[in-house]
Amino acid sequence: MSTVAQKKGFLAVLWDYLTTVDHKKIAILYLTSGGFFFLVGGIEAMIIRIQLAVPDNNFVSAGLYNELLTMHGTTMIFLAAMPLLFGFMNAIVPLQIGARDVAFPFLNSLGFWLFFFGGVFLNLSWFLGGAPDAGWTSYASLSIASEGHGIDFYVLGLQISGAGTLISGINFLVTIINMRAPGMTYMRMPLFTWSTFVASALILFAFPPLTVGLFLMMFDRMFGANFFDASMGGNTIIWEHLFWIFGHPEVYILILPAFGIFSEIFATFSRKRLFGYAAMVFATVLIGFLGFMVWAHHMFTVGLGPTANAIFAVATMAIAVPTGVKIFNWMLTMWGGSISFTTPMLYAVAFIPSFTAGGVTGVMLASAAADYQYHDTYFVVAHFHYVIIGGVVLGLLAGTHFYWPKMFGTMLNEFLGKITFWLFLIGFHATFFIQHFLGLMGMPRRIWKFLPGQGLDMPNLISTVGAFFMAVAVIVLLVNIVITQVKNVRVGNDPWGDGRTLEWAIPSPPPFYNFKQLPLVRGLDPYWIEKMEGNTKMTPAEPLSDIHMPNNSFIPFVMSLGLFIAAFGAMYQVSWRASEGESFVWALPVLIIGMLITIGAMAVRSLKDDHGYHIHKEDLLDDEEGGRE
Amino acid sequence: MDTQEKFTSRTWPESPEKTTLEGKNKFLGFWLFLGGETVLFASLFATYLALKDKVPGSDHYLAIDMYELPLVFIMTMLLLTSSLTSVYAMYHMKNYNFQKMKIWLVVTIGLGLAFLGFEIYEFYHYVHEYEHTFTSSAFGSAFYTLVGFHGAHVVVGLGWFILLLIRNTNRGLNLYNAPKFFVASLYWHFIDVVWVFIFTVVYLMGMVG
Amino acid sequence: MKNGLKKWRLLSLFTALAFILSGCGEPFVSALQPAGEVARQQYNLMILSAVIMVVVIIVVAIVYIIAITKFRRSKIGEDVIPKQVEGSHTLEIMWTVIPIILVLVLAVPTVYVTFALADQAEMEEVDEEGNRTALVIDVRANLYWWEFAYPDQGIVTAQDLVVPTDQNVYFNVIGHDVKHSFWIPAVGGKIDTNVENVNTFYLNFDSEAAENVDNLFYGKCAELCGPSHALMDFKVQTMSGDEFEEWVTAMQEVAEEEQQPENELQARGQEVYQDQGCIGCHAVDPTQQIGSSTGPNLTTFGERSYVAGILDNRDPDLSQEDNIKDWIRNSDSLKPGNKMPVYNEDDLSDEDLDALTEYLMSLKVFSE
Repeated sequence: MSTVAQKKGFLAVLWDYLTTVDHKKIAILYLTSGGFFFLVGGIEAMIIRIQLAVPDNNFVSAGLYNELLTMHGTTMIFLAAMPLLFGFMNAIVPLQIGARDVAFPFLNSLGFWLFFFGGVFLNLSWFLGGAPDAGWTSYASLSIASEGHGIDFYVLGLQISGAGTLISGINFLVTIINMRAPGMTYMRMPLFTWSTFVASALILFAFPPLTVGLFLMMFDRMFGANFFDASMGGNTIIWEHLFWIFGHPEVYILILPAFGIFSEIFATFSRKRLFGYAAMVFATVLIGFLGFMVWAHHMFTVGLGPTANAIFAVATMAIAVPTGVKIFNWMLTMWGGSISFTTPMLYAVAFIPSFTAGGVTGVMLASAAADYQYHDTYFVVAHFHYVIIGGVVLGLLAGTHFYWPKMFGTMLNEFLGKITFWLFLIGFHATFFIQHFLGLMGMPRRIWKFLPGQGLDMPNLISTVGAFFMAVAVIVLLVNIVITQVKNVRVGNDPWGDGRTLEWAIPSPPPFYNFKQLPLVRGLDPYWIEKMEGNTKMTPAEPLSDIHMPNNSFIPFVMSLGLFIAAFGAMYQVSWRASEGESFVWALPVLIIGMLITIGAMAVRSLKDDHGYHIHKEDLLDDEEGGRE
Repeated sequence: MDTQEKFTSRTWPESPEKTTLEGKNKFLGFWLFLGGETVLFASLFATYLALKDKVPGSDHYLAIDMYELPLVFIMTMLLLTSSLTSVYAMYHMKNYNFQKMKIWLVVTIGLGLAFLGFEIYEFYHYVHEYEHTFTSSAFGSAFYTLVGFHGAHVVVGLGWFILLLIRNTNRGLNLYNAPKFFVASLYWHFIDVVWVFIFTVVYLMGMVG
Repeated sequence: MKNGLKKWRLLSLFTALAFILSGCGEPFVSALQPAGEVARQQYNLMILSAVIMVVVIIVVAIVYIIAITKFRRSKIGEDVIPKQVEGSHTLEIMWTVIPIILVLVLAVPTVYVTFALADQAEMEEVDEEGNRTALVIDVRANLYWWEFAYPDQGIVTAQDLVVPTDQNVYFNVIGHDVKHSFWIPAVGGKIDTNVENVNTFYLNFDSEAAENVDNLFYGKCAELCGPSHALMDFKVQTMSGDEFEEWVTAMQEVAEEEQQPENELQARGQEVYQDQGCIGCHAVDPTQQIGSSTGPNLTTFGERSYVAGILDNRDPDLSQEDNIKDWIRNSDSLKPGNKMPVYNEDDLSDEDLDALTEYLMSLKVFSE
């Protein structure tokens, strides 16, 4: 076994990625597929903005517009933002805690393939009769009434990819609890690891309600149940509750890891340890906890009554406090530091005002009585794009530039990176700032067109122009990636020069076993501590010995494929729906075959022992001489 | 620690399920999974309570008309006992007594199958006596979904035990399969706990109206 | 004195913000130009929260700008290793406590207004004869149109909501097919029209503000409900309390004596209306099909401001006649997915369409 690169054919590389259980390769899989879906969701967004550029526009039809807005939201949340974050978590968290892999490498791969097949299934709806069209929230009365198979694609696709997410969440929790290197106590964990930990806990408790909600909808649409049919005693508000009990923590599942990335960047490029580390950890945990107490603020206008509305309003406002603590800690991290404005740092610096703006509008929205005006208008659209783009997407872009060398061993071009940054930032604010006012001026969200004469024309045009800036920025980023990978200039362990945490102490990209010897951690920012004492390497915590590694496996791919096939069967066996009327004889067999493939793969996994293999000490020594790839 | 090492009852560690890192991970991971499952069932319970007795017309039977205490009491006893027998099995697993562990697991499986049989009878009974089906009302959908999810868990648990027994019947205990047995029995306990709640929330509360 | 100055400063911030915002949008549709007590309370809450938030942003901005200008590496030298500060308890406490206070400042009025807007005691009040004193309107939202029934008056209308000014009007709202949301931005926040239960809230239409907009506010659907969600508009006609009484009486009288065609064309149109089966979905009697109609009631169709809620009859380029014809011929492309059949030349000849349009324009109750 050796890491020395062998020239492999394309098929060999493909097979390697299809079967890999290495967290670093799974990270690359997440990053590329998440990036692909990000582009798809971005194109959908551009079509939406073009349609709304001028009043009474007919660029796309009403039905198609609803499909676009649904798929834009669903894709961006489930298939772009989350996988991209999972990409960074996979790439970095095991390194940051000094582990050789995650706790369950097999499940890690399974989590990815479930997400991937779920995402592909959802997007195939475009080619198979139409995408879902009831919004990413898919409120029950509309989604039950929706004709065609669009909503079925939504339900089954999210069910499959949601299972993958849940598995990955559990995996990270166990990894962080059980696999930390000697000396890596909880209060020495880097903040990105902490935020991954809390986000994973949120995934564990937030996804099951979504699973249940999707099951209920699946039963209603495909198997004749009546959960959401008011005439049969059903109640659509149940869906709203289940969806938002999931949906609100979901927002924190997205934003907390982004907070983590920014915390790393602020400390690194200010050359200063994170100000108020303990408070930051506490705030992260508190935000995660409060995230479960506030779901009904999405439902202020549902008619839950003033008591419920008031309680949820105050609980929501409370979240502003720990979030504010974080903002100030970041600023004080820069204060007295030595700030270097690299591309990742530019994103981090821009994140503070952008996210603060999103946060304060969040508090405004929490004011229940005023929310009767904001709710379901462009004010809300502006708010959550400020939070998600100003927080999560800026975090993802920052993370892309920051961790690119660690993941791929090359540096993205800084000049092009800064062009992307400025175009994106300007475009973002131009697109969304004005939407706050559009909402207050009476523009509901999710409208296919607006009619002239209501004072909405100019702001909408400005918003569309802004969107084009963002699109150009993303294109520049893609060009940057291609140029960088073609040039292929390799970098060393700590390419930014100011790395503080364990991942910067090992080669870029790290060898497949990560750490030859597990490092001894002597405090927060362990690598920085060693550097300040004049060491170039971490002190090992163990003698050089054999390393146990897991075997690659094709089973996760097959398991996910089985569910993917079964989903087609489940969807097309519908015959009772009056609106649809078409059912296919092959559907039920396909459902059964798909389930058998999955169950069979599980049985194989269960019956066939998989003990992994060992890298021998001698090979590790050889590797030292062979050097990096 | 080599996972395939042969042990004697003397060298067998105190907590074989947590001796290896893999075992420890599995143990913790499974507990966390059960945490998620708890939320899943909590959501199903909430849905059931919201839709209990919600039927389209007065000709539909309600909870109070249908549930029969003797039947569910027998089912409860079967499942509770099976939880106890799985504890015996784990006791013998910890003492490195593979044969006795197998016997108690077979007893557990038997009790689980009996429970399942009664449950199928119960559903059959409701469908044919009361026309209370999955599609007849929101109440029916919610009832069969909650109880059926539990039933599906029982099926999975039984399948799991059976697979484990078949795979390991001839090779005895080691640190590779001990965590697997342990985790499967954890799952079985969880199923039992959920049933206790179903017994209380669905049946007892159903019978008082 | 110092305190007073501070207060004055805050107040001026308030006014400045309110002034800037009120320049936004059209008064008949903008939440920033409140035209009633409910909207005004919500607007005040908005301004209060916006002011608090602007203060927060200013504080953040000051710290932020100093931090990123003063501590640039280019300024302080390449090799400086800054002091690794752990944190500061004083600062931590400060930026925990101050936000808590700010949140409380907003939370108290929020809770107060939330409960105030939910107060429906007045709805139960009755006069000596046991009749309800408050006006209650049953709103039924349908795929892309709105029905407004006046249960105490026994009449129904659609698309154009008619309300008296300067009194609380109570709405019982429900969704007939899928969930919608009932929103008159200038007059107050929205409430969802659920499919399984009735929601109740009230609004108050201010007479002065109503005069500014020629007594016509825009209403919208605020919950995604299908392809034509964007076009599910309605209009609100406001009138004084006395005028409203007259309107109700006129409506009730129409029910008793059927409107008679004034000329031959109208009479022909009325026949077409019957023959084509329009009457099946569109009643022309304000007491019929309340809560069960499959299309908007057309009793007052001739005096509505818009056709189908989207074609403006006041538009100088397009007459009401053009709009009606356009709608009957092209309803599906004007409002995709709506339930009205399309009538092309084969179904309905041009002559019949002329007659039908003439008849529809004659359906008036109150404007002669």
